[in-house]
This record gives sequence, structure tokens and C-alpha cells, in this order.
Amino acid sequence: MSQPRLMQGNEACVEGALEAGLQFFAGYPITPSTEIAELLADRLPRVGGFFIQMEDEIASMAAVIGASLAGMRAMTATSGPGFSLKQENLGYAAITETPCVVVNVQRVGPSTGMPTSPAQGDVMQARWGTHGDHPVVVLTPSSVLETYTLTAKAFAIADELRVPVILLTDEITGHMRERVLLPDPGTIPRSRRPRAGQAPPDIPPMEHFGEGRRVMVTGLYHDSTGFWTESREEADRLVRRLAGKVESRREQLTMVDRWHLDDAQVVVVAYGCVARSAQRAVHLARERGHRVGMLRLSCLWPFPRHEIEAIAERVDRIVVPEMNLGQMVGEVERAACGRCKVIGYNRVDTELIRPEELLPVLEGV
Amino acid sequence: MRFLRRENLPHIWCVGCGHGIVLGAVARAMEKAGVDQDRTVVVSGIGCSSRAVGYLSMDALHTTHGRALAFATGIKLARPDLRVVVLAGDGDLAAIGGNHLIHAARRNIGITTVCFNNGIYGMTSGQYSPLTPAGYRTTTSPFGHLERDFDLCRLVQAAGATYVARSTAYHVHQTITYITRALNHDGFSFVEVFSPCPTYFGRFNRMADPVKMMQWLHDGTVQAGQAARMTPEELRGRVVIGEFHRTQEVPEYARSYREMIARLAEGGDHGAG
Ligand SMILES: Cc1ncc(C[n+]2csc(CCOP(=O)(O)OP(=O)(O)O)c2C)c(N)n1
Ligand code: SF4
Repeated sequence: MSQPRLMQGNEACVEGALEAGLQFFAGYPITPSTEIAELLADRLPRVGGFFIQMEDEIASMAAVIGASLAGMRAMTATSGPGFSLKQENLGYAAITETPCVVVNVQRVGPSTGMPTSPAQGDVMQARWGTHGDHPVVVLTPSSVLETYTLTAKAFAIADELRVPVILLTDEITGHMRERVLLPDPGTIPRSRRPRAGQAPPDIPPMEHFGEGRRVMVTGLYHDSTGFWTESREEADRLVRRLAGKVESRREQLTMVDRWHLDDAQVVVVAYGCVARSAQRAVHLARERGHRVGMLRLSCLWPFPRHEIEAIAERVDRIVVPEMNLGQMVGEVERAACGRCKVIGYNRVDTELIRPEELLPVLEGV
Repeated sequence: MRFLRRENLPHIWCVGCGHGIVLGAVARAMEKAGVDQDRTVVVSGIGCSSRAVGYLSMDALHTTHGRALAFATGIKLARPDLRVVVLAGDGDLAAIGGNHLIHAARRNIGITTVCFNNGIYGMTSGQYSPLTPAGYRTTTSPFGHLERDFDLCRLVQAAGATYVARSTAYHVHQTITYITRALNHDGFSFVEVFSPCPTYFGRFNRMADPVKMMQWLHDGTVQAGQAARMTPEELRGRVVIGEFHRTQEVPEYARSYREMIARLAEGGDHGAG
């Protein structure tokens, strides 16, 4: 039986990754993600895994892809500036269908901003940071325990769908300490890659280096043999299949918590650290007799469009609090499509949005 | 030749390009070194030269511009039992990937790197690279190049590479010998091979004819042994080729890491030996 432990979000990320069977980590130090690298430097070699501090974030992302193609469950962790540097190779992982997990513990931007202060400014970078059309899966924890479970989940999705999965956490969730009761060791099933004979029709079986298959992997548009192609039909087929394999699993990937949605007239849609304050605000508003509900998102991309559509049908207002100038709110608006009012509540002064400041917004004053 | 992936031929290179010769030398060296093609991964970046990996019959990884060595590092750590070979251009390895090059050398990780040095960016049509010799013309140095070029062999040797050699597409046998030794070397090995690009380097420097470029490789180079007896004046403008450095005294990185894992499994401490 596991014992309850006082644990930091970043520490929970490490525990979740190790429990999921992480074998390889490459990274470059950047606050507020550094604890992840430091802990893994100590833990990984003890369980036969590899930790390497590369010369920069670009190299880290590259090494992670290399290790994954050689058969390992691989991860890197960074924050805003480093995440920007990883983008080209993130696109490479997407087009080559290389499973890997990229943790981004968000801090303020643009640029070095006010280093190490919290923000949620990388939501759109996580979606569209690399060039071109590509699939993306982005998970966002709101608590220490959820950081653990979503890190493990990230490996499962990465392997099954052969996609890079981004764990988009934030300085507050990453550094916050909470008492958590982790699941018993060995209860998280090991993620599986689609191997020959087991792959779904839209995902090619994964072949690793060194298995004698003479695999060809390229970031260029390629045909089913992996060799580069200049065929327009092949190009079209590849990009549509890549996007489609995630898009078609939108419902499966949707991870939300629903509170008081049945009778709600106003619904808060929140994620990450802000969801904690929002939940408290909903509770306070309810106590004061307001019919307020909440939808908490644990998976930002693919976006739970149908959930929002259904809510927008029934409510007067959706409020989207974010520690940015309004990134997810645009996506909510798009899904609501005029069915109800959508209001953003935003802070970019590095302060966490507090429950009390949300109350008037929820109560409509 | 069994090392070539025939189904992917013909290759993309221009007539008279040296890259085909270097690829041939790599394949022959692999044959001589007894490379097991089911346990070898060839990794490249982006550029004309980096297409070489697509023509070799083994696991192949064609990555992003400049990053081949960083990808290769992940592979080598994950599977130290595999032979990992990087084939890339001078622009790729010395400019955008320069940082990865010096750090791979410093770690002495067991990767064999062959630099296809045409002194230019071929694929983007002839801009200067860090290996363009001063004074030569390119599309981005139309009045003659002002920057000095890297001596890449001295650079990687200083950074910590444990096998370092330079040859040319003209000196094919020498090239095969060096690549063979590099493949059999335990640690970071680096072979720079001059590879003429008549299409861009040649055209801008009155050597559009591939034969003229070969002549230039012949006339402009001098063997290391001979160079040792020459004065700096005599050496000016000439490139020294030869085997510059070879040592087995530095531990290979991936193996060192495995040894650390084994020590920890036995309950050993972190002691820096
Ligand atoms: C990040 C990035 N920057 C620039 C390019 C454009 N690019 C493609 S190949 C190349 C240079 C290739 O030169 P080199 O490595 O010397 O190889 P060569 O083509 O001469 O064999 C460049 C700059 C790119 N693909 N990616
Ligand atoms: S452009 Fe130059 S380097 Fe590229 S294939 Fe042609 S000759 Fe070779």
C-alpha cells in the first residue's frame, strides 16, 4: 500500500513518468522545470535508464526522438524559451510519428519576460508552435496528483497513436506541494506501440532501429516505405492521415471534469492552476445561490468541441479565466458559435487569478 | 554492392558532384570494416550530402538541418550495441550544428561522423558556409568571401574527438582507409572529406567543369607527412590531408554510462572513480 506523501508537481511528473516506464530523458536546465531533470538524473540510472543533459533544448528534443526510434520511452522537460527551441523537432516527431513526451512547465513570455513567474501563455504555441499542419495532443494538469496521472497517460497516448504528447503544466502546478496518495506501484499498465499485426488501419506499425528491418525515417513527405516522395497524392494522404489519426479520436481523448452543469446558467471553462481558483469561485457562487457550473479541461488539444457545443446550447454565459490575454477563450467561442455569450477573464501580471475576483464575473455584476 | 539500397536509386546529385564518390567510399569502408548492416544506423541532417543515408541499405534517419549528431546521441545511448554513423554536409555540421559537433566530440560518444565538405551550401544553391575558404566567391559573397574558414579537424580534435582525419573525393583509397578506421574506432571519430560541388562552388570560382574541380583537389592538397617538412609560406592556400589524431585512451561515453548503471545496480555509490 502506498503512503500519502507531500509532493511537488514536478516531482509527481517524475514519479508518473517512472511508473509509466520512462527509459530515457534528455534536457537542458530551465526554471521552473529543472526539478524534473534533477530528479531524473538521480533516479533513471538506478532503474537502468538514461539521463543526459544536452547542450541545448534543440539537441534534447533530437536525442529524445533518436532514443524513441531506438525503442525507448523517452521524455524531455522544459519551459517557454526552451519549448520554442524544440518546435522544429516537435514537427519532426509529428511527421515521423515518433512517440515522445514533452513537458512544458509554463512561465511568462514573450521572451525571458519575468523569469520563472507563472503564466498560461503557451497554449497556442503548444497547438501551432511548429510549422505546417500536424497533429498534437496537449494535456494540462491542475493538481499534483493529476500531474502524476497525466504524465503516465501521456506515454500511453504517445505510444498508441505514435504522436508527440505535450504535458502543458505551469509554474504554480509544477512548484506547488500537495499531499497525494499515489496509486500502488505496478498498477499503471505499460504503454504499447502499434507493432506489426496490431496496428489500427490509420497508424503504421512501429519498427525500431536495430531490429533488422532497415527502416527509413525522414522528415520529408514520404511514402509507406518511409522514403521521401515528391508525389502530391502521397503528400496529401500523409498530412491528412496524420491530422486525422488524432482528430478521429477526439472523443476518446477528451478528458474533462464536470461540476454542476445540469442546472447551470453560467459555466466556467478552466484548466491548469487557474481551474483551482475557478472551482473555488464556483463553490462560493453556488453558496450565494447562483446557478454556476464548471468544466475543467485536462486535455486542451484536441479541443473538447462537442462538450462546449452542448454546454453552449443550455447556458447564458461561458466564462474562460486564463493567465494570458485570451488563448483558449477563442477556441471556446468558436465551439459556442454564438449560442451563448463567451467572456474571457485574463491576467498577465504573473499573479494567479483568485476566486474572489472571479465571483463578480460569474455573478454577472 | 550490398550496402546500397538499389530501389532508391538513381540518386539526386548533379553530374560531377563529389557526394556520390564519398557515399561509395562510405559503402566500401563499411564492407572493409565488416559492418553488420542490420545493426547499423546512418543518420543525417539536411542538405545534398544528407540524402546519402537514403541510398544505404540499413536503418536510416534523415533528420532536421544541423541536428544529426543530437539525434544520433539519443540512438547511441539507447542502443550502444548499434553502430551509429552520421553523414552530413559542412554547413550542417559546422554552422547550424556546430554546437552539437563540439559537444559530441567532447563526450567522446561512439559515433562515426563523415563530413561531406564542399565548402558551400549546395542544397540552398551556393551560399557560403563556415568552410568556404576566404577569397572565394559564392552567391552570398559575390565580392569574395571575407570570413576565414574553420579547420574543422583541429576544431573537433580540440573539442575531444578521438579519431580525426581528412581526405578528398579525389584521394578515394585514402578516404576509404580513414572511414574504415573511423568505423572501427571506439569513441567519437571524425573524417572530413572534400567533395566538389561543380554546380555552385565550381561555377562561381571558374571550376564549373568537374574535372577542374578534381584537379583543384589534387593541386590544392598536401599530405600531412609532407606538410611537416614544408614552410608556412609553402603551405599557404593548401589544405593538409591525412590522419591527424587517434587515441583509445579516453572512455567512450555510452559505455561509461552503462558501467555507471551496472555499478548502481550492484549498490555502488555515485563515486567519480
Ligand atoms: C533550420 C533550417 N535552416 C535552413 C534550412 C535550409 N537548408 C537546407 S540544406 C542547407 C545547407 C546545406 O548545406 P550543407 O550542409 O553544406 O550540405 P550540401 O547541400 O552542401 O551537401 C540549408 C541552409 C533548413 N532546411 N532548415
Ligand atoms: S548542388 Fe552541388 S552538392 Fe548539391 S548535388 Fe549538385 S553538385 Fe552536389
